[in-house]
Amino acid sequence: MSEYPNGAPLSLDRRDMLVAAAVGFVASIIPLAKATTSDDVDAAIRDLIGNATPRDGGISLQVPETAENGAVVPVTVVVDSPMTAEHHVRAIHLIATRNPTPGIASFRLSPASGKAEVAMRIRLAEKQTLLVFAEHSDGTVNRAAVEIKVSVGGCLT
Amino acid sequence: MTVPLTSRPRIKLPASAKVGDVIEIRTLFEHPMEPGFRRAPDGQPIPRDILARFHAQANGERVVQVDLRNATSANPYLVFHARIVGPTDFDFVWTHEDGRTASTAAHVAVK
Repeated sequence: MSEYPNGAPLSLDRRDMLVAAAVGFVASIIPLAKATTSDDVDAAIRDLIGNATPRDGGISLQVPETAENGAVVPVTVVVDSPMTAEHHVRAIHLIATRNPTPGIASFRLSPASGKAEVAMRIRLAEKQTLLVFAEHSDGTVNRAAVEIKVSVGGCLT
Repeated sequence: MTVPLTSRPRIKLPASAKVGDVIEIRTLFEHPMEPGFRRAPDGQPIPRDILARFHAQANGERVVQVDLRNATSANPYLVFHARIVGPTDFDFVWTHEDGRTASTAAHVAVK
């Protein structure tokens, strides 16, 4: 017999699954409530996006599930945007939640970018959640998070 | 002692494109991107040595600017896009925290 004979109707697992399904990246995206955020990480996010309230979705991330070498982790970010003068992505910010410092990089785009797709290689000290924020020209901010396992840490070695 | 900015910047982009095309641009610059909190095997701290910014312009207009921070890997590799509206002169500039710069240029013709 289960500890909860009728099931726990609001168990975290189920709620998290629903949130993840709504975001549309069931396999790899971590729901908002579970992402690790220390004060440093929160401060870094506020520095970059101010008081905007980010909404999950609208960003797709291509990352390895496990990074063999944390010193060189390939990341591709694609933001859903027409990239016109009226509606474009102004900035894409990458934040590390369990590195010695949270800053990774910020891409400042313009309509001349044509496409809100960028890629780079990043350092990760240990298994952690990568946060990505996309600031749109109308002031709205989208957010995505993905957990990446790290075989050999890439910050202090 | 910081590393001189003597790397030859590497740029990959098409030589020509059609008007309206969005092209992919890949850039790589050899640099240690030393964050300043690591120690050498002898225990000595390794001083901070970081490129702070990359800037790409098309005919003088901003295509992308990237603020680079501690967790940018060594030898920063950056991929981004540009919409081609005519023959385009691209300028690419890497700027160190201490103000030194390195740059390169490329031309994309229109088919």
